[in-house]
Amino acid sequence: MLQYVIHDLGFDYVVVDLTKNYFELFELPVSCQVDQQRLSSQYRALQRAVHPDRFAGDDDRQQRLSIQYASHVNEAFNTLKQPLSRAIYLLKLSGRDVDMERNTIMEPVFLMEQMELRESVADIKSRKNPEQEVERLAGQVDADIHRYLQKFEGFWVSGTDQDLDQAETVVRKMQFMVKLAAELEQLESELLDD
Amino acid sequence: MAYSEKVIDHYENPRNVGKLDQDSQSVGTGMVGAPACGDVMRLQIQVNDEGVIEDARFKTYGCGSAIASSSLATEWMKGKTLDEAATIKNTDIAEELALPPVKIHCSVLAEDAIKAAIDDYRAKQKHDDAAPAA
Repeated sequence: MLQYVIHDLGFDYVVVDLTKNYFELFELPVSCQVDQQRLSSQYRALQRAVHPDRFAGDDDRQQRLSIQYASHVNEAFNTLKQPLSRAIYLLKLSGRDVDMERNTIMEPVFLMEQMELRESVADIKSRKNPEQEVERLAGQVDADIHRYLQKFEGFWVSGTDQDLDQAETVVRKMQFMVKLAAELEQLESELLDD
Repeated sequence: MAYSEKVIDHYENPRNVGKLDQDSQSVGTGMVGAPACGDVMRLQIQVNDEGVIEDARFKTYGCGSAIASSSLATEWMKGKTLDEAATIKNTDIAEELALPPVKIHCSVLAEDAIKAAIDDYRAKQKHDDAAPAA
């Protein structure tokens, strides 16, 4: 069990080591695959321990710290929970900063496919069975994301410089698919409302 | 975040939306993508024998700023020579549209698309010269 609260002289003190990486924070192995159940239960335990309400009567310093801890814990949880942000974080731990802002040159074939996918999404509402079409595309996009995750894991596990370059490329591609998945989800709820 | 009037104008009345024949020898196609926001942009130019851009078309899936940036880029490219068009900078686009700092990457995307379209056209011409006469 996580030991973050120190009981001393009748007071509780929370100690969260902010220098630990997010995996260490939740006592999880640094890995592409995360045991979501364990992540959630560790998160809840830690969140309870550092919750600012616990320290409402304490001095300012402990209160400020507990707010800082709570937001750190949230950030860590959200980063590890989603596969894409987890992948970006894993690269960061390997010293790779995936600069999404400045990288516009990508494989033409990939961009062509993206263009076609966006065109199909834009056309959906004029189709005969838009709901079915959304479902079909969402399934395709999910499968693609899954494929990218597997590729990422392969590159990340081998971990040479060259492999990490490839892993970065995969992460960038994944970003497009995740965006597309969100758009399809939005579209699906719009169609349900109509 | 508020969009500038010029962005809204280009967004609501985008100029030169569409597609040119990608396989034509006189057409250059530039495709770029922005992983940060998942935007994709296709910019195409039709070039005449004098090396002047006669027509330009774009299709952009992205936010208002990305659409406005590419719309403005096509407007500026028409009538220019390839060398002139190649000097269009993202800073010019960003300034004209009054893009806020968080949207500067949209103008970068447009500049890269211009360059990619010009490169594609030039590569086609080279390839054409190298090809044996049929």
